[in-house]
Amino acid sequence: MANLQVRIWRGAETGEFQDYEVPRLESQTVLDVVTYVQRRLDPSLAYRFACRVGVCGSCAMSVNGVSRWTCRTHVSKVATNDRLEIAPLRNLPVIRDLVTDMTEFFDKWTKARGRFTGNKTRKDAFAQVNPASKQRKAVDAAIECIGCGVCYSSCEVVTWKPDYLGPAALSRAWTLVNDVRDVAQKERLAAVAGDAGCHACHTHLNCTERCPKGISPTAGIAGLKRAVLTATLKGEL
Amino acid sequence: MNARSQVLLWGAQRVSAMVLALCVVVHLITIIVAVRNGLSAAEILGRTRGSFAWGGFYALFVAAVAVHAPIGVRNICAEFGWRGRGIDTLMFVLALSLAMWGFRAVWAVVS
Repeated sequence: MANLQVRIWRGAETGEFQDYEVPRLESQTVLDVVTYVQRRLDPSLAYRFACRVGVCGSCAMSVNGVSRWTCRTHVSKVATNDRLEIAPLRNLPVIRDLVTDMTEFFDKWTKARGRFTGNKTRKDAFAQVNPASKQRKAVDAAIECIGCGVCYSSCEVVTWKPDYLGPAALSRAWTLVNDVRDVAQKERLAAVAGDAGCHACHTHLNCTERCPKGISPTAGIAGLKRAVLTATLKGEL
Repeated sequence: MNARSQVLLWGAQRVSAMVLALCVVVHLITIIVAVRNGLSAAEILGRTRGSFAWGGFYALFVAAVAVHAPIGVRNICAEFGWRGRGIDTLMFVLALSLAMWGFRAVWAVVS
């Protein structure tokens, strides 16, 4: 097998791509390639990973211009002519090389009230949620988010409107809007309403196309738009 | 502008889009039918003058445009970083201008 010609971003907001040559292996992932560069060629390369099996959501990068989870992206799927260009995620400040600052990304989850708010104590009985109910199914469709930031990085609206909450935070809010145990619904709908919230989404579907977990934040955001408008017309907002 | 107003603007744009979809279809069909025997001012005015139906239809069309277009332009402006009271006022003026010129045109072909 021919060697891979790999270009990796070095630096922070300003910097440049550096070229590396990495042996091509069978069943090689993009994360394997980055790890090879860091361990064998250039130990100063900064990148993030933890689980290597698509659970932790920490290894997302831009590969040949497309945001992906690198641990479960095979080189064979993305390399064109044995070439790879690996860069940090878009729409986030770069700390160094392939490491982005995720602070703003997760702060927006808090702003969207992405935290469960219950009113039961441990003395109460377990809540009964019918798995076949419409709301529980809506939760199921979006609950497997691993917080990798691929959707946020792929979203054009985030690029244009840096204060936009983004697909991940809004999708999380949608799972809680459908959680029958949650008691902060009005506050949550108010938090996701308006120009910096769900109503900014243009339905480009980049997030839906790129989500490695097959979630459709677009569908959740559409649900939020309807829920917020209904609450507004009822005078609840 | 508060979030409630932003949500209502989004709702207004949605509803006006539905009206526009219908109006554009009717308008296109009218064009196709109208030009079959050539197009003249007399022929257009013959159809529209004194017609409550055409007057009402085009008035609805104008109203939907006047609501829909400025909200969309406001969204585009926001994505270029132009936001705030100044832009909102400008968009209100745009809405009034579209409505004024539109209704004037409708009046001209109906009266």
